[in-house]
Amino acid sequence: MNTLRLAVADGVTIAKRNALKIRRAPDLLGGVVILPIVFVLLFTYVFGSMISLPGMSYAEYMLPGIFVLTIVTSAQITGYTLTMDLQKGIFDRFRTLPMSPSAVLTGQTASDVIMNLISMVTMALVGLLVGWRIHSSPLEAALGFLMLLFFAYAFSWVTATVALALRTPEVFNNIATLMSFPLVFLSNAFVDSARLPGPLKVVADWNPVSTLIQAARELFGNTSPALPVPSAWPLRHAVPVSLLWSVVLLVVFVPLATRLYKRAVSQ
Amino acid sequence: MPDAIVAEGLVKKYGDVVALDGMELTVPEGTIFGLLGPNGAGKTTTVRILTTLLKPDAGRATVAGLDVVRDAARLRAQIGASGQYAAVDDHLTGAENLEMVGRLYHLGIKHSKQRARELLDRFDLADAADRPVQGYSGGMRRRLDLAGALVANPPVLFLDEPTTGLDPRARIGLWDVIAELVAAGTTVLLTTQYMEEADRLANRIAVVDHGRVIALGTADELKDQVGGDRIQLSVTSAAHLESAARTLAPLAVGDMQIDATALQVTIPVAGGAVALTQALGHLAAERITVRDAGLRRPTLDDVFLSLTGHEADEKIKEKETVR
Repeated sequence: MNTLRLAVADGVTIAKRNALKIRRAPDLLGGVVILPIVFVLLFTYVFGSMISLPGMSYAEYMLPGIFVLTIVTSAQITGYTLTMDLQKGIFDRFRTLPMSPSAVLTGQTASDVIMNLISMVTMALVGLLVGWRIHSSPLEAALGFLMLLFFAYAFSWVTATVALALRTPEVFNNIATLMSFPLVFLSNAFVDSARLPGPLKVVADWNPVSTLIQAARELFGNTSPALPVPSAWPLRHAVPVSLLWSVVLLVVFVPLATRLYKRAVSQ
Repeated sequence: MPDAIVAEGLVKKYGDVVALDGMELTVPEGTIFGLLGPNGAGKTTTVRILTTLLKPDAGRATVAGLDVVRDAARLRAQIGASGQYAAVDDHLTGAENLEMVGRLYHLGIKHSKQRARELLDRFDLADAADRPVQGYSGGMRRRLDLAGALVANPPVLFLDEPTTGLDPRARIGLWDVIAELVAAGTTVLLTTQYMEEADRLANRIAVVDHGRVIALGTADELKDQVGGDRIQLSVTSAAHLESAARTLAPLAVGDMQIDATALQVTIPVAGGAVALTQALGHLAAERITVRDAGLRRPTLDDVFLSLTGHEADEKIKEKETVR
């Protein structure tokens, strides 16, 4: 019990450190606040002016997609911070302290939740300015935001794992970008995945990102009766499947990241 | 006096590379022990094992009476470590860095803050306390890193090349701080590749090469091991350097050292001042112009050279040893 209390206290200390860093470092802040604003404006006005949907505005259809796009891209900051810390020897200092070894990763990912919360609020506000509206009950909307944050938290562990496997910031950035683009664009974020050609449709239908976006659309009420109902199984049960995905990511990547962390620092 | 640090037969291998090959050392409480050796000699690996960062492949070690492997978790509350790379966070201020370390030692919020201020004052960083570390100079970073190692007042302190890369003034400042700590009863294990640093700070010095201790003693004992005085002289041209070496060879009682860049010859001699007079006489007879000549006690550099056959620092490439 005492160990757990210390582990939590140490996690909070590390999370505070990272939160301070976000405030001080303009490049991190840019990723958290400016990038989401740019995404919302760019996609709404560039795609929104070309695409029209029956029964709803494109901004409403697309904003849940941009929420998820931002989650996936800003999760890279987790990994980037870890690779930078690995190179600077700060983990050596941590490891000579009587702190809980798990606190480095739990603290890092916890501070990412704060970061994601900030970008989500920013995006929601900018979204409201460009015509996005919530049509569901406050409870459903709150559930929607919580679900997105939960997925974001789980996804931080994925990028942490990749970062700890690759170890250098430059390599990590390249690989993470290579990974995140197909993940977001081979989905229903910006187009109806049912209209994609054969194999792409299968990938997009089963992509966890599609499920999450569909779930967010349902919980925010950003759907239209005039649009065809998605037929793929995960998309028909989008909310529970999204939660399941987040749990699966945590179950797989928390132990994996922890193991890679131990290996990375014990050399 | 009980021993604060004991290492017995430490072995660490990385694939085929043997980093430590039976490292032994004993450090009595309240003393500074210097681990002196070139890059790759095993100094950092030794420190990493003693600070619980690395597990040895063989051998055992205790610090403050605690086994570095079995009691690693408890040991961490007893040690402070400051590494070659200042492990401080650029985006945090000096005060925030130290407070964070205090929190991770579980000192509590109030005590952590108070301790951070104390240390910042002591290390002459009070004015910069609330500025992000990003703007600190190299010397300030090292001082902050050292302060971080002292947050919990640990009885045993590990300093891995604490002054590497510092300018001479910052180096001397840090030496004073380390000397003060030991005066207050802290045990320090210091690694360095600077002879001068070991000479000035350490009570006892272990010379390390290829992962083992090859000599052990006080600075004076080590110097006595390589015998008496040296004549050091410089000449005006490379041609003169060669003939000077040839002329003086009969006087040498050990290996002569010739530095072709500095046009300098160092000759271990017996007989001190008499030998110097003789040498100058021989050189004058050969019409070799001497720019500078003198007699000096052996330095730790000489110790290292005679023990290992190579020099401790990286000037090694520029110099050659004549048999």
